[in-house]
Amino acid sequence: MESAAIIDPPMITPVSLPQQQVASGSEPADVAPERPPAFAVERLSIFYGEKKAIEDVTLTIPSKMITAIIGPSGCGKSTLLRSLNRMHELAPNTRIEGKVLFAGDDIYAPEVDPVVIRRRIGMVFQKSNPFPTMSIAENVLVGLKLNGVRDRAFLRERLEQSLRMAALWDEVKNDLHKPGISLSGGQQQRLCIARAIAVEPEVLLMDEPASALDPIATAKIEELIHELSANYTVVIVTHNMQQAGRCSDYTAFLYLGRLIEFASTTKIFTNPSERQTEDYITGRFG
Amino acid sequence: MAPPSGLGDKVFKWFTLAMALAVVALVFLVGWQLARGSSLAIRRFGFHFLATSTWDPVAEQFGALPFIYGTAISSLIALIISVPLSIATAVYLTELAPLWIRQPIVSLIEMLAAIPSVILGLWGIFVMIPWLRDHPFPFLKKIFGWTPFFSGPIYGVSMLAGGIIIAVMILPIITSVSREILRSVPNLQREAAYALGATRWEVTRIAVLSYAKKGLFGAVILGLGRALGETMAVTMVIGNTPQIRASLFAPGYTLASVIANEFTEATTDVYLQALFEIGLVLFGITILANLLAQLLLKTMGSTIKSGAVQ
Repeated sequence: MESAAIIDPPMITPVSLPQQQVASGSEPADVAPERPPAFAVERLSIFYGEKKAIEDVTLTIPSKMITAIIGPSGCGKSTLLRSLNRMHELAPNTRIEGKVLFAGDDIYAPEVDPVVIRRRIGMVFQKSNPFPTMSIAENVLVGLKLNGVRDRAFLRERLEQSLRMAALWDEVKNDLHKPGISLSGGQQQRLCIARAIAVEPEVLLMDEPASALDPIATAKIEELIHELSANYTVVIVTHNMQQAGRCSDYTAFLYLGRLIEFASTTKIFTNPSERQTEDYITGRFG
Repeated sequence: MAPPSGLGDKVFKWFTLAMALAVVALVFLVGWQLARGSSLAIRRFGFHFLATSTWDPVAEQFGALPFIYGTAISSLIALIISVPLSIATAVYLTELAPLWIRQPIVSLIEMLAAIPSVILGLWGIFVMIPWLRDHPFPFLKKIFGWTPFFSGPIYGVSMLAGGIIIAVMILPIITSVSREILRSVPNLQREAAYALGATRWEVTRIAVLSYAKKGLFGAVILGLGRALGETMAVTMVIGNTPQIRASLFAPGYTLASVIANEFTEATTDVYLQALFEIGLVLFGITILANLLAQLLLKTMGSTIKSGAVQ
């Protein structure tokens, strides 16, 4: 029954050169790898009304890797994350300066529809938010249905594939018609991840995805994030430094809206260039 | 030594309990009074009171069916008109309208609720009825005249006019309750939909309306409760003719209107008792509608929660 064909990683050209194993201690290069970056953020400033939340941030987010954004509360890490798929615009009176290039295109160009951007760049939130009136299956497939997909066989296949990728299939395969909110907190969060990947985005943005979960559920989510990075670019905001250290390849440290340091996670955690980074990492403030 | 401050809490508990019981008692008292006041009519006419259409005080023949029909149909018309309008307004106010425009519109809607019923009735007689008679009604007759609902002579005063005026009166309550309901939908739900690349309409549909549908249903029932009992303005425009006609252009009569119109004329015991029984029927219908709504809400709730236990 466990047919491997269905779980084939979706989409996108396979990576030809075997990338150096990042997670296993060997240090990745400090500069982004050869592959074209997923995002190039250029001199980005973000304003909420008069308040400047992000100031003059420039960084390159590598594709198919996990990039963590860390920093103390209120440093703008969520805003920076949300600016990558224009979710921050849901707040009133936002304004940006600078550019965000995604796969080479400026996502803030006037002709770009944020709806299209968000279909390519999915998001998972701090608190799990399945749609309470929908079943588990409906929750996973809602994005595809929004896109007009009606082919039942295709939907069924994608349902299983997404739930497998979110490491939830075995737990729910007999309860697909049950409400999404009948699951436990950790399962709900994985359901939300399944919902986000069902539409086959190119990037997953995660806003403190495990901060509301217990340690066991957190470990599952972290493991899942690691597996997802084989196929997706993952950008994760976390206030949990151990989490950033455990599961990311690159780390950006943000303080008061400014990017203090961006480097490979190993370097940030063992040999940061900036004094402020070191102070934060070692717990002297934050 | 006094026991540690138990007395204050006890007084507080019994006082609030008494107040709560008083409300319940009031409902039963009203029902009981209505039943007692109409006991003679109930005994004399029995079930015929609900099932016959003759309303003839001189011959002492009383049948409430046209009034029941009138109340039901005028309320139904009111709901058909006001529910889409109210919910659309509430959606606009919570999801789409620019912030600066929201409060003024909300205030205006609340002002509509503050207009005394009799003034709305006057406006109905002198402005709405002539306009309906000259423009929308002939238009409706031209297009839908082949159905029984929009045929026959147009007088102006009519079941349809009654329904429209009730719609105006229940619009504010449904709108403001719906707005509160929609405002209580967590932003996280909207964000979930936006993050999937949903458009504004799709966000409203999958994240907001479906989340809020139970509450919105409650808002509609609240409006229905008002509609069933609405008296003054309806009395002024519905035509006050106890008859059952398929045509919405024909005059009708409602339970509330007949009580208001005829209480002063009720000279005989049976007449007065018949009016009391009308009151009892209206009381019963309103309570029934509420109970039914709660039952419906329960089944809606259980479809959401079914299988919540693993």
